Amino acid sequence: MGMVAPHGLSFDVAHMLAGGLVLVSFMMLYQDRLTALLHVLALHAFVLALSVAWQAHIQDAPHLYIAAGIALAFKAILVPYALRRMVFQMGLHREIETVGGVGITMLAGIALVALSLEVMLPVTAHTDPVAREDIALALSVVLIGLLMMVTRRNAISQVVGFMSLENGINLAATGARGMPLVVEISVAFSVLIAFIVIGVFLFRIRERFDTIDVGALDRSRGGQR
Amino acid sequence: MPDPVTAILLTPLFAAAVLAVLPGYRLGAALNMLACFASLVFAVVLLFDRPPVGVYLLVDDLNIVFVLLNCFIGFTTSAFSASYIGHELQTGRLKPIHLRFYHAMFQIMLFGMNLALLANNIGLMWVAVELATLTTVMMVGLYRTAEALEAAWKYFILGSVGIALALFGTILVYLAARPVIGDGLDAMIWTNLQQYAPEFDPSLLNIAFVFLLLGYGTKVGLAPLHAWLPDAHAEGPTPISAVLSGLLLNVALYALLRFKVLLAANPHAIAPGPLMIGMGLLSLIFAAFMLYRRRDIKRLFAYSSIEHMGIIVFAFGMAGPLGNFAGLLQMTMHSLTKSAIFFSVGHIAQVKGSQRIDDMGGLTESHPLLGWGLVAGVAAIVGLPPFGVFTSEFLVVSSTFAREPILAVILVAGLLLAFGALLSRLNDVAFGPVKGPIGRVHASYIPMFAHLSLVLMAGIWLPPPLVAWFQHIAAILG
Repeated sequence: MGMVAPHGLSFDVAHMLAGGLVLVSFMMLYQDRLTALLHVLALHAFVLALSVAWQAHIQDAPHLYIAAGIALAFKAILVPYALRRMVFQMGLHREIETVGGVGITMLAGIALVALSLEVMLPVTAHTDPVAREDIALALSVVLIGLLMMVTRRNAISQVVGFMSLENGINLAATGARGMPLVVEISVAFSVLIAFIVIGVFLFRIRERFDTIDVGALDRSRGGQR
Repeated sequence: MPDPVTAILLTPLFAAAVLAVLPGYRLGAALNMLACFASLVFAVVLLFDRPPVGVYLLVDDLNIVFVLLNCFIGFTTSAFSASYIGHELQTGRLKPIHLRFYHAMFQIMLFGMNLALLANNIGLMWVAVELATLTTVMMVGLYRTAEALEAAWKYFILGSVGIALALFGTILVYLAARPVIGDGLDAMIWTNLQQYAPEFDPSLLNIAFVFLLLGYGTKVGLAPLHAWLPDAHAEGPTPISAVLSGLLLNVALYALLRFKVLLAANPHAIAPGPLMIGMGLLSLIFAAFMLYRRRDIKRLFAYSSIEHMGIIVFAFGMAGPLGNFAGLLQMTMHSLTKSAIFFSVGHIAQVKGSQRIDDMGGLTESHPLLGWGLVAGVAAIVGLPPFGVFTSEFLVVSSTFAREPILAVILVAGLLLAFGALLSRLNDVAFGPVKGPIGRVHASYIPMFAHLSLVLMAGIWLPPPLVAWFQHIAAILG
């Protein structure tokens, strides 16, 4: 297991994918329709899956392919699909969420990326170069995810923000060479549990609508048709 | 006889599986108590029969205190819960199916907390803290009122953000350890990390600690990351408030302490003390002011928990043999006292059918045992002698005066503010004319008075072996 050459192809591709993840995070910030936001979430997870698979390739670590597979199947397909169904069932797909000040949010996002590069690059000077910049970009994704959770009011948008945050952490975990599988599985697993929790929550909230306000139920059914 | 560590972990898991399918709440509550008692017995066995250090699990002098406290309060809370939950069933706030879920979750939560405490692997510890958090989130939302769901949602979102930041910090610690220890599992094992910490890259370790402090600090309830805590305490079932304050905050604190040891062992890393002192004092002062405007009694004591976690983190931040000793003692005393207060508050809120302080009055007259129990609990928590909290707070204050008089002045100001707020509230609730319903209550007083008498005993006489033990741990913590 040799050190990756600092300016080879493997290095460039790893950075392109990590940078792509940051870019998709920015795309999330200005989506004001939930369905569109879920599409971007799927794209986010897809880029993550590619990135993890590439890490598996250059680190010669086959177990990372499993992590990539989980990201692809679970985060890029299953969760966005399930959330999308919920959005339709709850009749939220026509609603436009007020995203306050897109320009300011984007500027804040850029500032966060600058901050994370400024913080992480100097301190990781002695680690291997692929991990180094991956970690910095991963921190950007984490911080933009946080920004998204703070600026959104809708529960589903907050969940999307949280999942993008977890994707950033996944990127960091795979960038750290040789990080034991324990963590990758746990990350995937925690997302699973998080999803179950969210499912329970949304289910309960729906149930409350059922009993308290039949009108709301009718409206959401009407929307589904 | 099985290895006690395995037994502590397997008992709650097995119990949870049985409790999830067991019909009848009386049977469930009894089994819940039995399982907690078994865990407590195994925790005591752990004192005498300590298994060797493994790759995943570890028992050392530090975590054994936490495990014992965890199992003890878990057991007393299960006893309180048995009488509390029966009443909730009678009034129709909960249905039998909810109780099965509740009991199973209670055991899984205890499993998560014990696993976090016993883990010898920073990844495993993280997973366990996350598990414990998720189970408490579900329990906070148990009543399904709009307020309970909102509290659970807030707790879930803030808790997840905290736990995510903690994972990022964990990854950074691994990155710092990897060049020294080598790839893979070895670089995530506590005992290895502790041994090689002096050689780690200090700047990476610094950044990692900032993330860990923010991440696990959210779960400790440190200001300004505390926003979930009062809601979660106020809206969930009271036994959960008791374990949140008494145990879960400690578990997160334990994680923080472990990483603090790593940082302290590295000569070039920043001193973790000032960060912890700053956040501790901020929490203390903030919570002390917030105590004055509370109308909900459970929310009041939730803010008091923030205040005490502030004091504890401050004491561990001051470090040194005396600071750490005081922090440990304060933590133990706070856990015991605060859960006793919640035991009493839980029954009081059931009798009055309300958690509003305005609806309560003259409790010492209408319900002498509950009322005087609450008076004793509050007297203990504000740090009046002869209770144990007085001893520990006195130690914190006096050791701070000797080293940093200015910090000590701020500390004392915070303590006095909280003292005034809690006593004036207590006066409204416990004395004066009787207000609200005065129905009888089928309470179990034993857990509450057991805790209070332990706190009282600690205030009057600390057994020398306990003192020696705590001193030893204080030395490990550096």
